[in-house]
Amino acid sequence: MTMATDTATPTGAPAPVRETRSDRIVMICNYTALGLFTLAVLYPLVYVVSASLSDPKNVVSGKVWLWPVGFSTEAFKAVFDYDSIVSGFSNSVVYAVGGALLATVLTLLAAYPLSRKGLPGKGIIMALFVFTMMFNGGLIPTYLVVDRVGLLNTRWAIILPAALAVWNMIITRTYFQSTIPEELVEAAKVDGCTDLGFFWRVVLPLSKPIIAVNLLFYAVAQWNSWFNALIYLTNEHLFPLQMILRQILIQNNFDPSQVRDTAELIRMKELQEQLKFSLIVIATIPPLLIYPFVQKHFVKGAMVGSLKG
Amino acid sequence: MATDTLVRRIPAAHAGARPNKQSLGARMRRNWQLYAMLAVPLIWLAIFAYWPMYGAIIAFKDYNIVDGILGSRWVGFKHFERFAESYQFWRLIKNTLILHVYELVATFWLPIMLALGLNMARRRWYRRSVQLITYAPHFISTVVVVGLIVVIVDPNSGVLNLFLGQFGIGPIDVLSNPDYFRHLYVWSGAWQTMGFSAIIYLAALTSVSPELHEAAIVDGASRLRRVWHIDLPAIRPVAVILLILNIGAIMSVGFEKVLLLQNTLNLQTSEVIDTYVYKLGFASQVPQFSYAAAIGLFRSVIGLVLLVLANTLARKFAKSSLW
Repeated sequence: MTMATDTATPTGAPAPVRETRSDRIVMICNYTALGLFTLAVLYPLVYVVSASLSDPKNVVSGKVWLWPVGFSTEAFKAVFDYDSIVSGFSNSVVYAVGGALLATVLTLLAAYPLSRKGLPGKGIIMALFVFTMMFNGGLIPTYLVVDRVGLLNTRWAIILPAALAVWNMIITRTYFQSTIPEELVEAAKVDGCTDLGFFWRVVLPLSKPIIAVNLLFYAVAQWNSWFNALIYLTNEHLFPLQMILRQILIQNNFDPSQVRDTAELIRMKELQEQLKFSLIVIATIPPLLIYPFVQKHFVKGAMVGSLKG
Repeated sequence: MATDTLVRRIPAAHAGARPNKQSLGARMRRNWQLYAMLAVPLIWLAIFAYWPMYGAIIAFKDYNIVDGILGSRWVGFKHFERFAESYQFWRLIKNTLILHVYELVATFWLPIMLALGLNMARRRWYRRSVQLITYAPHFISTVVVVGLIVVIVDPNSGVLNLFLGQFGIGPIDVLSNPDYFRHLYVWSGAWQTMGFSAIIYLAALTSVSPELHEAAIVDGASRLRRVWHIDLPAIRPVAVILLILNIGAIMSVGFEKVLLLQNTLNLQTSEVIDTYVYKLGFASQVPQFSYAAAIGLFRSVIGLVLLVLANTLARKFAKSSLW
């Protein structure tokens, strides 16, 4: 079966009969509605980018509504003078890369055995995983566990509790089930290959797409997360970028002590409003850069998951 | 132990390929490397998923840090009763339900419409661009989405109030008005998730055989008729499953976004069960862990019951279900 994105649409298959007038009207309405909706989605993004590139005066006085007015990159330069943004950015990179690697390994380790036919106890273990999607201990008990194992206020508190998403595990398992034929396993076993050897030498090389999907799923999720940091971290030096964003964007907390240079500080006060726009742009670029490359895989993943639920 | 039935069932599943007559113990030993692989994720599951479930018993205790989970005193349903009698109870349930039901009713059908429209559109570049753009917000973080809302509705420089100002309206302080909170929450959610949610429906639509459409065209069916009689039925099973999941989650809302959009002025509509639990546990002077855990547990149990209920109903009436 081919992907939704890649095939010529069935509804729009080469029309053997000439279109009636009402059909043509429906088509025009459809294209218009899709277009309007797309513009509605696009507009806030364009607005933010334009405002971040405009002259700060024009942003505050509300002259910007679509395109940049009075081009300036001041707001982007200012971002790099704000210490906690820089440290937040690098922390987020650590969390995203480290978290994605660890979580992908855990996911593969769980998904492969559970994809194998006839593994005794497979049903029970699978049920243990799936049940956690429907019921969980809740915020407070989870916090107490993280506290108890001594992760509070360490980088591990961000990485470990998020180190496996059952949904990703199910998608990965389905991928293995549909790409690694049982005959291949049997043949390798006859040749004296162990399970681990087979996993390492055959399964992993065949699974590059699903590994990529997992890495990116986890990296994006980790990059975008902030709530675990809010409850598990008090040390500001460990804060991910999203926490800093929350302070500046939403709580309107502009902390002058984060800027060392006084002349710089005066200039930043003027830029304060516009800083929000450039921050949004900077925080959004990494996930959006990744996304076109994996769009196809995400679609595939969502689809496999939907078929096997 | 259910292993007895398991032993009989599993070989039967692929009996055609190779009859398996080994004993359970032998098969487990033969697969020891697979169990070794599973060990690490299972340890993770035990610590970060099942230990908190066990820890949820503090809802029935008076938890204090010194005595720990085991040592603290049992108090039965005290915390649940306290919650049910508190003045917050109905307000929290009402806010949570209204927010979720509003979101469900207002936005559930949107991705379906988008998928049908995309499926109907013939020009590839057009479909592609619409998809590329509408998926994008899915990858933007909740903090940034709320940040976007903040700059757009800003009373002084936000584009919304500039626009309204053209007509002599406003400026309106949208964020601190409880009347606007639900609309902000629901429609920003639609903006963010609609494109990506359409993927799953598009996938269902690709499984429709083109011959069905060709036959319908020969019979003179109009485009809309074909959508109604061919495309919609193809989507139905997926839609039912998503609806079940949604009903199961009816007591939980996009808690992180609610918390970010919340301020002291809009609490009247924006305080939901999850944010209240968070505040009791982390934002109050004296953390009330047991009370907060009890409210959280109350919500989780209701969610589970609703999920099972919705699934049973769906299996009975719509012939598709989660399990």
